[in-house]
Amino acid sequence: MNPAGLLPELSVTNLVFGVIVLAMLLAFIRLVRGPSLPDRVVALDLITIQIAAMLAVDTIATGQAVFLDAAIVLALISFLGTVAFARYLERRGHDE
Amino acid sequence: MNNLAHVVLLIIGATFLLAAAIGVLRMPDLFTRMQTATKAATLGISCILIAVALYMEDLGVAIRAFFTVVFFFLTAPVAAHMIGRAAYFIGVPLWKGTMVDELQDRYDRRTHTLTSGLTSERGIPDLPDS
Repeated sequence: MNPAGLLPELSVTNLVFGVIVLAMLLAFIRLVRGPSLPDRVVALDLITIQIAAMLAVDTIATGQAVFLDAAIVLALISFLGTVAFARYLERRGHDE
Repeated sequence: MNNLAHVVLLIIGATFLLAAAIGVLRMPDLFTRMQTATKAATLGISCILIAVALYMEDLGVAIRAFFTVVFFFLTAPVAAHMIGRAAYFIGVPLWKGTMVDELQDRYDRRTHTLTSGLTSERGIPDLPDS
């Protein structure tokens, strides 16, 4: 079936990984294109949530519960980063 | 596979995350993008974390996954509100098809004061008579 070992094994976790990577690609396009800075902040927040979701799927794929802790930390960082960006935008005022 | 629940939850969660990304790419202005990113992504990662809790069958993992879901449900609306507020404040344009902008003419962008609907200068009755 897969002699060279180049293709990943067909499993549910690999399928979910593929879907999340596709979603990350779409969010990355918005991050590059986004006309204003808040657009980029929203796209970055979404990418962080997607990485946390990948770590959660990694917990299932490997059976290591440590990845879930990393996902929790990433969720915290995502929230703090978004709040900090919002405060910064409000302070900066009309610059765009 | 003796337990199908976590597979179904994983696929549902991944679908919601993909929908959130498509919404962020395709929606017309910042505020619609923001709401799709917040709601769909929160639901997607919640489904995936519940799938983790079901698959691992470990109390510690289940508790951590549950509190991460609670954390997402608490923080995602706060973050979205702060970004939306800051974006409105710095004048990010609304979509041209926007029907209602209730903050228009009521929000002083310099002093951050919001005129109440009852004391609007335009004299438009805001609350329905009931």
